Amino acid sequence: MTTTSSNPNPLADTMPTFIGMPKFPTMAKEALGNTQQRRNLQHATHTIRAKRAAVVGEMNDWEALRRNGADTKDEVLAHLDTYLEQLEAKLVESGATVHWARDAEEANRIVIGLVQAEGVDEVVKVKSMATQEIELNEALEEVGIAAWETDLAELIVQLGDDRPSHILVPAIHRGRAEIREIFRNKMAAVGRPAPEGMTDEPRQLAEAARLHLREKFLRAKVAISGANFAIADTGTLVVLESEGNGRMCLTLPETLISVVGIEKVLPTWEDLGTFMQLLPRSSTGERMNPYTTMWTGPAAGDGPQNVHVVLVDNGRTHVLADEVGRQGLRCIRCSACLNVCPVYERAGGHAYGSVYPGPIGAVLTPQLRGTGSAIDQSLPYASSLCGACFEVCPVRIDIPRMLVHLRTQVVDEHRGTRNAESSAMQAMAWMFADNRRLQKAQRAATLGGKLLGKRTSLGAIPGPASAWSGARDVPVPPKETFRQWWSRTDGGRR
Amino acid sequence: MRVALFATCFNDTMWPETPKATVRLLRRLGVEVEFPPEQTCCGQMFTNTGYADEAIPLARSFVDVFEGYDAVVSVSGSCTGSVREQYGDLAKRSGDTALVDGVAKVAPKTYELSEFIVDVLGVTDVGAYFPHRVTYHPTCHSLRMLKVGDRPLQLLREVRGIDLVDLPSATECCGFGGTFAMKNADVSVAMGSDKVRHIRETEAEVVVAGDNSCLAQIGGLLERQRAGVRTMHLAEILASTEQEAS
Repeated sequence: MTTTSSNPNPLADTMPTFIGMPKFPTMAKEALGNTQQRRNLQHATHTIRAKRAAVVGEMNDWEALRRNGADTKDEVLAHLDTYLEQLEAKLVESGATVHWARDAEEANRIVIGLVQAEGVDEVVKVKSMATQEIELNEALEEVGIAAWETDLAELIVQLGDDRPSHILVPAIHRGRAEIREIFRNKMAAVGRPAPEGMTDEPRQLAEAARLHLREKFLRAKVAISGANFAIADTGTLVVLESEGNGRMCLTLPETLISVVGIEKVLPTWEDLGTFMQLLPRSSTGERMNPYTTMWTGPAAGDGPQNVHVVLVDNGRTHVLADEVGRQGLRCIRCSACLNVCPVYERAGGHAYGSVYPGPIGAVLTPQLRGTGSAIDQSLPYASSLCGACFEVCPVRIDIPRMLVHLRTQVVDEHRGTRNAESSAMQAMAWMFADNRRLQKAQRAATLGGKLLGKRTSLGAIPGPASAWSGARDVPVPPKETFRQWWSRTDGGRR
Repeated sequence: MRVALFATCFNDTMWPETPKATVRLLRRLGVEVEFPPEQTCCGQMFTNTGYADEAIPLARSFVDVFEGYDAVVSVSGSCTGSVREQYGDLAKRSGDTALVDGVAKVAPKTYELSEFIVDVLGVTDVGAYFPHRVTYHPTCHSLRMLKVGDRPLQLLREVRGIDLVDLPSATECCGFGGTFAMKNADVSVAMGSDKVRHIRETEAEVVVAGDNSCLAQIGGLLERQRAGVRTMHLAEILASTEQEAS
């Protein structure tokens, strides 16, 4: 990773995930060649897309809910300090211990300290984007603590020494035959082996995971989770999941450590109602979420007795300072934007080189991490700006506008260092600044058109244009431009 | 009503048949459209590639050229989207309050062709004749940025002789995306190939859209495949009449 000195983000290196991966176009090209993955992704995204469209379509107040969700999040972001202090006070009052972490390193240090204090060398985990963002599993592993992912798809990713490729369905790129192989080859080394004669039937795969994980749930003393929401006026943390594995982690162990991004706050208990409608319909295409677990500090004699909450900044206050970019912090990690994105559908999640893939990853990652590296500079351009992401976003994040905003940031950071693109852009801007200059350039084009006679298109052409003409024909310029025609015929009157 | 045509730099230079057809069509509908020759480019390519400083003078020039008109008709949904949805951000960035005011005046009266005909002229039957099998691709910016809805289809349905067929997965992006087509050429082509496959499934002779840039992507792939499907701008079909056909 190369970091330029012009990078304005002081926390540029606090989300050090997927370092050294090539930039988006290179990764995407590679992914496009993986036909199995493309089929898996196409099938999966179109299935979830249709489900979401159906359950959203049956809501007559969806637009109002979206606005309400966006307004609630904006209210939180506008007064984040107040709500966080309120949340802390309520958490402490209910018997939880609150920790503050400026960045990934500090958050990991706090969690490691808490786990070590319990004298254990393993923890069970509820699927959490925040802990992936700070690379907590890797940090724990470094000090000899095994972190077991208990979400089925996260388990597949972890056992396969793989990277998640989707926010909600981390193993979306895998087919069931691949999952069977991973279970057969890897389960035994870390716990209960896969059953003999297990086929790739989803039921059998799920049963193998259930048996494997049960041993870990029953043994674990410490669990680590994130939170979908943290309610300021009650001090309640909320986790939504589909399998019940999260609830096992949230109720069985003695100690629960929740790592929560500071933007997860909701002002009041009532606000949760909006998001309990927005999130399940947007993410899994379900009307209601299967497992919703809420806890307000420890409850005597029931569930975890030591409750810790680590509130993580990790670049978020930096994002907050950006007027256009701040709406990215409304994100509730539903992944609806991934499922409708034509670029994600073809390139897959790994191409984004970030724990947050897809359209939201293309804006969130360079915001949290800064645009210092080649990969972060390429992410705002990993979109055709088709706008499908904005249309489905339950909290109305205008991702296309944010992408353009970030592209401007990338270009601004490199002003002064000329390259082929900036030179071409400046030359064209100069040409368009005056219609007489444009006409001069047009004369060259129409001359080319005349020389090419009756040809309708050019084939593959070399040079920079080959990026276009490799697969697409180039049209031959017309023999007369519109403005030449207009002046020759007096606007078609002659 | 003084109406100006914004031909767009791309159509002016590469696809002059589209603004020519627009002029014929609007005249037939009783609109004496003017072409202010000082116009050049809306600056969208610069804005969307991150070159906001380069786009600001173009936005200023657009405002200067078109300020005096009651309506501006553009032959590109995408360029219209840039004027209406992006000029505000550019003006704000420039810190020039005169530009902010100018944009606020000019942007709302800048229309994409189907919006102008249906909303301003209040017409859906433009008296066109086009006896061919046609499928319509709703371009992303007209669909999601401008929300033109089914206005282009309302106009096409009234065309005499037309055999209008639905395009499968119509609302999916063709993969053009401006400089995206070059910067992420592989993904762009993968998206375009699926679009072209759906177009070929319809067995249409002509694919129509409101933007020649998307049609350049689609047409470039169709040509390479020697698919025998033509691309046409909406204006060209709406401008066609029985007299011309005979």
